[in-house]
Amino acid sequence: MGRGTFQETYAQDMAIFHTPSQWGALVVFLALLLACPMFVSDRVLTIVTMIGIAIISVHGLNILTGYCGQISMGHVGFMAVGAYVSAILTAKLGWPFWCALPCAALAAGMAGLVFGLPSLKIRGFYLIMATLAAHFIIIWIILQLRSITGGPDGMAVPKPRIGSLVIDSKARYYYLVMVVACLATYIAVNITRTRAGRAFVAIRDNDLAAEVMGINLFIYKLQAFFIGCLYAGVAGALLVHYYGFASVDQFPFMDSVWYLGMLIVGGMGSIAGAVLGAVALKLLDELVTIMGPVLSAAVAAQAAASLALMARGVVIILFLIFEPRGLVHLWGMVKAYVRLWPFSREEAE
Amino acid sequence: MTFFLQLVVTGLSLGMIYALVAIGFVIIVKCSNAFNIAQGHFVLIGGYLGYTFLVVFHLPLWAALILAIGTAALLGLAIERLAVRPLIGQSELAVIMMTIALATVLEGLATLIWGGEYKTYHGVLPTLTLKLGQISVPPESLIGLMVSVVAVAVLMFIFRYTKIGLAMRATAEDLQVVQSLGIKATTVYAVSWVIASIVGVVGGILLGGVSGVMIPLAEIGLKAFAVVLLGGANSVGGAIVAGIMLGVLENVAAGYLDPLLPGGGFAQIFPFVVMIIVLIFRPNGLFGLARIERI
Repeated sequence: MGRGTFQETYAQDMAIFHTPSQWGALVVFLALLLACPMFVSDRVLTIVTMIGIAIISVHGLNILTGYCGQISMGHVGFMAVGAYVSAILTAKLGWPFWCALPCAALAAGMAGLVFGLPSLKIRGFYLIMATLAAHFIIIWIILQLRSITGGPDGMAVPKPRIGSLVIDSKARYYYLVMVVACLATYIAVNITRTRAGRAFVAIRDNDLAAEVMGINLFIYKLQAFFIGCLYAGVAGALLVHYYGFASVDQFPFMDSVWYLGMLIVGGMGSIAGAVLGAVALKLLDELVTIMGPVLSAAVAAQAAASLALMARGVVIILFLIFEPRGLVHLWGMVKAYVRLWPFSREEAE
Repeated sequence: MTFFLQLVVTGLSLGMIYALVAIGFVIIVKCSNAFNIAQGHFVLIGGYLGYTFLVVFHLPLWAALILAIGTAALLGLAIERLAVRPLIGQSELAVIMMTIALATVLEGLATLIWGGEYKTYHGVLPTLTLKLGQISVPPESLIGLMVSVVAVAVLMFIFRYTKIGLAMRATAEDLQVVQSLGIKATTVYAVSWVIASIVGVVGGILLGGVSGVMIPLAEIGLKAFAVVLLGGANSVGGAIVAGIMLGVLENVAAGYLDPLLPGGGFAQIFPFVVMIIVLIFRPNGLFGLARIERI
């Protein structure tokens, strides 16, 4: 647990992993991810795949909201842009999946740039309203372009094909999503360590001071929007290719809110927080699915629907009140407690 | 011409609903600079409360109103004490996420208690009809107009001439200064949430009496934000003017543009288009104080 680690060179100080045990944990975790499809059921595999897609999306939102402080409530709208671009390129134009995915990401990033423009004049609640409007306008445009998107009927999306390999089984799709999710996490960690990442944090903490220090707000805010929506586009594309079908019903407005909720539950402005939050809220959904029939049998028929509506809201309220710094902070406290045991009492906050 | 007038008149009744939601929203902004996304859900709860007291319990209108207002006050107090007060000093996003989470909890409660079904109670509320030439003004817009004008007048009076109103405006301006002057900010917050909740619930009873309530009603709350932005987030009078403007514009635009667009449904996004335009060109709205920090 990192007892007495000393960094003696800059390279050591900059490293993501400081101790051999951290490297070991990473290897074990990756091996577990790799071996997962061999010993879990299809249902569990679906859940893990969905968690992976959520993690990709939340990473984008984390860079935009958690690091740069630009709150976006239109994240799902940008996911829809990526999803439909990828769907149209593969289904209508016959592009291969590995070409369509970057294009989808770029298209979503461009949409993010357009709707990120108001962020230069407004912030806080007003920016939330602008991004919320962006969501509804994007969905409306998709519905209007009936000839290419199928409008309200949706459109069929082919299974992804990479070279001669068709990703048609659940296990294969699981590997695809996990590779992209791991890459996304790796890139997100490194983005936050670059000049741009530090500029984002400076803008979040005090934009006036950041500008005085020579950070170009115009460039960096738009960069944050571009990167955040890039991630959203990838996640959206993976989502519709998984279902083999794209429709606007897959991108409801409330999902944007839940992505923000994942950030709050996990811990804002932390890569590990984004991952933990996505896992936690998705597992909560599964718990609700399992508990629903039990509740409706025990209490009342509408109890299940009510629970489904309330569960996430209640969890977010509890986190906001009792642990606003999220699961990451909680985990840090546990680690500190274990490390200092049996003298933890004196060090406890 | 008749088509146009009919559009305007139906737009009016929509605008009144927008205005009622927006007024409650503005009250909380004016007192604590917090943005209450759950305002639409207060209206929803109000509609269901009206159903419970008027139809299930068969109470006379005045008793039902008093009971509903009492319940609303309790609801507002509970929300302020349990959910909003612990967040004093936290970021703006924390407060907004809290109100969104509250919205889902209120929606869940409404589903649990009333089954989330469509409820209406026609004929219980007094009706008014007005004929202008060939156009009949629907009673809901008249009653809605009267209630919101009265609400706005009372609120303007409170904000301008009473001590608590002054304290509310001061709290929104600077929390620390207000506390150092000996004003209890928590009381001010509690009062503002109680008023907002009462406005929402009364609006809900009205709405339940004329057109009925059901769960999707709460989504009107989202569109009402366009009204709030257009009128200015801290202007009570602006909410009512912008509400009527937006309701009428939305209806007229939908009436004339929908036949031209293949997919239709322009009314659904019209408020959001207005929102973007307002945010880009006049972020403090028509009547709001120019207090937005420009960067």
